[in-house]
Amino acid sequence: MVTVIVPAALRGETAGAGRLDVGTAGTLRAVFDEVGARWPRLIRRIRDEQGQLRRYVNVYVDGEDCRQTGGLDTAVSDDAEIQVIPSVAGG
Amino acid sequence: MTALLAIGTGKGLFLATSSDDRKSWQVSGPHFAMTGVYSVAVDKRRATPRLLAGVTSSHFGPSVATSDDLGASWQEPAEPPVAFPEGTGASLERVWQLTPGPADQPDVVYAGTQPSALFRSVDGGISYELVRPLWDHPHRPQWEAGFGGQAIHTVLPHPADPAQILVAMSTGGVYRSGDAGASWRPQNTGIRAYFMPDEWPEFGQCVHKVARDAADPERLYAQNHHGVYRSTDGGLSWQSIADGLPSDFGFPMVAHPHRGGTIYTFPLVADGERFPVDRRCRVFRSTDAGDTWQPLTDGLPSGPYYPAVLRDALCVDDADPAGVYFGTRSGEVYASRDEGDSWSLVAAHLPDVLCVRAAEV
Repeated sequence: MVTVIVPAALRGETAGAGRLDVGTAGTLRAVFDEVGARWPRLIRRIRDEQGQLRRYVNVYVDGEDCRQTGGLDTAVSDDAEIQVIPSVAGG
Repeated sequence: MTALLAIGTGKGLFLATSSDDRKSWQVSGPHFAMTGVYSVAVDKRRATPRLLAGVTSSHFGPSVATSDDLGASWQEPAEPPVAFPEGTGASLERVWQLTPGPADQPDVVYAGTQPSALFRSVDGGISYELVRPLWDHPHRPQWEAGFGGQAIHTVLPHPADPAQILVAMSTGGVYRSGDAGASWRPQNTGIRAYFMPDEWPEFGQCVHKVARDAADPERLYAQNHHGVYRSTDGGLSWQSIADGLPSDFGFPMVAHPHRGGTIYTFPLVADGERFPVDRRCRVFRSTDAGDTWQPLTDGLPSGPYYPAVLRDALCVDDADPAGVYFGTRSGEVYASRDEGDSWSLVAAHLPDVLCVRAAEV
């Protein structure tokens, strides 16, 4: 089971849950597709309507920044941990 | 009767209410803290007024939320309320304008967006669809982005003819449809674009705001990126009304809610000097459709004043006598309950004010 860790700022979209269990693995895109199907208001904070990762949202797969490992095509193992972390940005 | 003043700021939405005919105000908020609220609307065409807010999180993107209990609670649909369809290759960056449609179309709401596009809702502003003919307009690749981004920031439905819709964008200028959005034509004849090689182009102007006259829907007023104009033919042609103003630069343009010919603006010195003229906090009002203008200062700060008023940060309510309101980039909000003759402070020390809208509710 893949675990998606949700930042506090987005837990209003998951009924307060900070950890989500997701059955889909394979790629980050596939994981997010399932997240989107189950928590649609959550996923649109992370990806825009064209499916692209939002600029100031960082995603780490087992501790590696997905932007360095293939983006949404990053490989995700069955027991991976995915952290969604807002970047240090804004005023 | 309660008066409601919605104040969109760079870090959330504040709501001010008055139950003593707008003499005193109670301010609450922020709703949507740490988001930029660039657009807000009070839609009174239903039994219970609906508030609409266009919010943008710098991290988590834009959205539109609605409230049917005057801001006590807010709702968003599961699907993105405003989104570019697959195949456009575009992603919504910001909702700059939320405009209820004509009175006889109570479920129609328009959204003007960045990148420049018009969206239409037929469910009261819950969900929206792209107005494709404007998106597919052959001029669109030549619309440019100003500092604030490329956006449609003005949407003016026609009060008597639902087929007529006017939009304005920065940059691109004014476009109008006479067939409910099926086709669009530029309407910029007479509006100068000093920043282009041809200063009188068919389109490409940086129109900052357009307002429609309360009595004559064919009479329009525009604050341009230098230039203040009036049209008496629904936007087919424009004539300057800047002579009586201390500057032709500024952002807002607002029409009185009931009386024809009365309009308000807040001039700044120039594109390269975006301070109030003479460093004085002054709203300017015309009661003769822009032929002459009077500064309004009673109750406003008298010392040196530097903040600007953005394009949607000046508004009127729907009361009689009309209330007039403006917010500044320094987080002050002023209100007039006598059509601008005198002013009082509603709130200070807020984040920078991006938009204000007011109504009796």
